[in-house]
Amino acid sequence: MSTMAIDKAGPRRKVKYGSMSRDRAWALRWSYFFLVLFAIFFLTPPLYMVITSLKSSAEISAATNPWWVFHPTLSNYVELLTSNQFLRFFWNSSIVSLVVVIVTMLISVPAAFALARMKFWGSATLATGVFLTYLVPDSLLFIPLFKMLALVQDLTGITLLNRWYVLLFIYPTLTVPFCTWIMIGYFASIPKELDEAAIIDGASWLQTLTRIFIPVALPGLIAATIFAFTVSWAQFLYPLVFTTSIDQLVLPVGITTTLIKGDVFNWGQIMTGALLGAAPPLIIYAFLMDYYIAGLTAGATKG
Amino acid sequence: MADVVVEHGRVAGTTAARKGRGLHNALRRKSTMAFFLTLPLILLIALLVLYPALFSVHLATLNKSMQKYVGFGNFTFLFKRETFWMVVKQSCIFAITAVFFKALIGFIVAHFVHNIPAKGQRKWRGMLLVPWVIPPAMSTLAWLWLFDPSYSAFNYTLSLFGIGPVNWLGDAAWARFSVILVNVWYGAPFFLIMYLAALKSVPDQLYEAAAIDGANWWQKIWYVTLPMMRNIIAITTLFSLIVTFANFDIVRILTSGGPLDQTQIFATYAFRVGIESNDIPLGASVSLFMVPILAVAAIFILRDVSKRGNES
Repeated sequence: MSTMAIDKAGPRRKVKYGSMSRDRAWALRWSYFFLVLFAIFFLTPPLYMVITSLKSSAEISAATNPWWVFHPTLSNYVELLTSNQFLRFFWNSSIVSLVVVIVTMLISVPAAFALARMKFWGSATLATGVFLTYLVPDSLLFIPLFKMLALVQDLTGITLLNRWYVLLFIYPTLTVPFCTWIMIGYFASIPKELDEAAIIDGASWLQTLTRIFIPVALPGLIAATIFAFTVSWAQFLYPLVFTTSIDQLVLPVGITTTLIKGDVFNWGQIMTGALLGAAPPLIIYAFLMDYYIAGLTAGATKG
Repeated sequence: MADVVVEHGRVAGTTAARKGRGLHNALRRKSTMAFFLTLPLILLIALLVLYPALFSVHLATLNKSMQKYVGFGNFTFLFKRETFWMVVKQSCIFAITAVFFKALIGFIVAHFVHNIPAKGQRKWRGMLLVPWVIPPAMSTLAWLWLFDPSYSAFNYTLSLFGIGPVNWLGDAAWARFSVILVNVWYGAPFFLIMYLAALKSVPDQLYEAAAIDGANWWQKIWYVTLPMMRNIIAITTLFSLIVTFANFDIVRILTSGGPLDQTQIFATYAFRVGIESNDIPLGASVSLFMVPILAVAAIFILRDVSKRGNES
């Protein structure tokens, strides 16, 4: 039946095939053309950062072609990387992000394990609550949190406002819900037989978690870690509200508030600072792109 | 060998049950264990998310010095302010326009990436996702510099075509366009990635069947792609609506709400009123106006996500 049809349609099919492949070739060319256009749109700002960071202030204020570097110089990088202030921002950002990542993992992995495997009273409600918490934006909570910190400070005498370490308590509110949510998804996808076998072999719940779940769900764990790091590295509103002294600032706030002095914009240094600030997430992304994308899509496709 | 181990385990289990530290005990242990494993999470959510959210409702009912209860005083005050209505309008324009163009660009670019041979896709995807990876505070600084009125790279390029200098951030209409443009630039890659993942999950047979039925490319998108991606489109759009509606970084760095509060949205206006002008209750009231739209979006997302969970 089918061979007959092919025989009959033989000559016509050949022509059709040729035109289809020509269509296909044109579709491909158009795809590449538009992809190049969109890539230009998406990559112009980061490339412009690189271009500007290689210019001296004199070249920036001269009316030359802004898209080209005529006298490349690394002076902006040298200046920033030897400035104690900038290194302080970098250090604050690093320590905050690292501690927040660890705290996030310590909270969300055990919780996700309990929510995925140990059905207990209210576990379904709690899982939904975790997801809803993830949808609560920082711009809704910064004012009450600011007031709360001020009140706690008055009550206990512990300085909380204008100290970088307060961010260690605040950032997990942004990272833990999402990390818990995607870890629930990853843990739930592990076959039940695996942990049943472990329990039968006499493993305790904690052993099941550390010996079975964490190794098996390692890709998810990496994705969650990357997410927690990127979020805490990029967070801008909370540090802007809670910290003001120069030595307490993290990178995003430090660059925007100290390098912009009044109306004098030292663009060479601002762009260099922004580029150096964007470097850690970009480097992680370059090496762990697949995990990064897995984490990005996990929120909606898993769980 | 494995069977023997399992048998051994079972035997061990039953002997343990007979000894009294058995099933009942284990169940109790399990629930206490679960409680301790989730306790930090519960504490975190209760103390640093739930409590502040309720506290913000309380704050919104106080006067500026936070000594006196004024009920809905802050809200009625806001309703009488023209600036506030401007903020409401601008927030809606900003969020809806930005999300629409993010979704549109993401959808189109996802198709282009899907079209090209598989071995090149990874490279393109990697390049196109860069805006989403850079912290928005940093990339917005680059945009600020691109928009700079006197040395701006954009105005330089436009002047080559004889188009006069555009006051990107000083003119109200252009400033509104600029904040939306930067938001679209930042958010479109997220849609691209989500749609690309969704496109890959549409079975090829459906397109083949459509082709046999004589469907053209537009009909294929309308009758095959869109219905198959409907759920992911809904979730992504609603999610992005929440994030965009609550956006702070981009507007703050680009215009700080200016010129004359024309680009002010809820988050930046709450910051201006609550932190910079030190009127915490009024700031809390402003940010509470985000709750209704966030709640509606959240309910729909939850419905879609659980529907997705049931399907799989």
